[in-house]
Amino acid sequence: MSRYLLDKFLYTVDRDPALVERYRDDPRGTVAWWEAQRANVILNCHEAERSTWLTFTDAEREALATHDYVGLFELGAHSFLTLTLFIAMFERDYPEPLAFQREYAARLGHWSLPYPDIST
Amino acid sequence: MATVAAVIASTHHPFYYRASTATGQDRPPFADEWVAKISAFRETLSRARPDVLVMVGSDHFHQLWLDNLPQFLIGKAPFYDANFYNEEREFGLPRMLLRGHEELSGYLLREGIDAGFDLAFSNELRIDHSITCPIITLRPEADLPVVPVYTNIFAPPMPQPKRFVQLGKTIRELVESWPSDQRVAIIGTGHLSLELGGPRQFGPHGPDPEFDRKAVEWIASGDLESALARVSLDSLWEPGNATHGFMDFMLMMGVAGENVKADYADSLDLFHTMEAYFTWYPEGKP
Repeated sequence: MSRYLLDKFLYTVDRDPALVERYRDDPRGTVAWWEAQRANVILNCHEAERSTWLTFTDAEREALATHDYVGLFELGAHSFLTLTLFIAMFERDYPEPLAFQREYAARLGHWSLPYPDIST
Repeated sequence: MATVAAVIASTHHPFYYRASTATGQDRPPFADEWVAKISAFRETLSRARPDVLVMVGSDHFHQLWLDNLPQFLIGKAPFYDANFYNEEREFGLPRMLLRGHEELSGYLLREGIDAGFDLAFSNELRIDHSITCPIITLRPEADLPVVPVYTNIFAPPMPQPKRFVQLGKTIRELVESWPSDQRVAIIGTGHLSLELGGPRQFGPHGPDPEFDRKAVEWIASGDLESALARVSLDSLWEPGNATHGFMDFMLMMGVAGENVKADYADSLDLFHTMEAYFTWYPEGKP
């Protein structure tokens, strides 16, 4: 389990306009690049002072690589981070305001409380 | 000593700015009613004639992150840039620049730490829509200095609800003991029931109208006893997975005082959330 790293991916992509587009257009390639180059960067440290131990599980990597927001919810990614980034990538493809957000809710409709643990 | 000119608690809805400024076909049908309610709410602050605003909110994973996450933090800087790219992108929020009030920030930090809260601080803080939404609704001129107070309502483990209430009581006491002739408004925003990124999001109302009804009653009547008896870190998942933002309302109930009725209370049932607006005047109604 590396919920923290899932959240770190969503957080660092969401705050960077170029990365949002890159992840939308090439999810598998972006995830592979990010895990190899960015996953161990400590955000408030010089880039040379990296961590050495952060990797995705296979299930996490696959959920990110396939834009599988239902899978990310089930893996315990922080719901706010997932929602915000996926709105940025896909809301534009829907003709009506909030249509993407409502489809997102419907695709999670088989879930009731308790939801998956998001603690890190 | 300083005067607490007003205590104000409200929801912060990031769509208000866009809804209220949209025209023609882009203007949502509920915009006029919403603007009328906000205009009346804004008057409650204007009438209090504040000199400085203590603003309680919560960073939404903008500057504060899981590698180093404070539970309670006070900004101490001469200026605060505000709003982030993803808030511009999703909500159309403008970039803003607010003046700080370093003297009051420093006082709240020193005295707050000595009163038993090990407060974190920031000398370079970019603030987000949890603080800029109430600036837009309550003081769109953005002409008063602010002291931002951030709480963690986002990332477990969070402080207990009673701790939010205690911090609110402490902030009230500290502002009242600040050796200054300034008039201070203490403003905080949170949420009623709210779901984000879950199956109950973006429905025709908030995800739990019954919780919202009770919560509005607790806040309007200052019923901290019921709120604390009914709300726990575990129970707050039930009305909606982002409902921990209600703890910022509980903090503001601590500021307003136990069993102190709000002088002004209003609400608006919108898609997605119940909006709610409260003002207390500790000196009596102006």
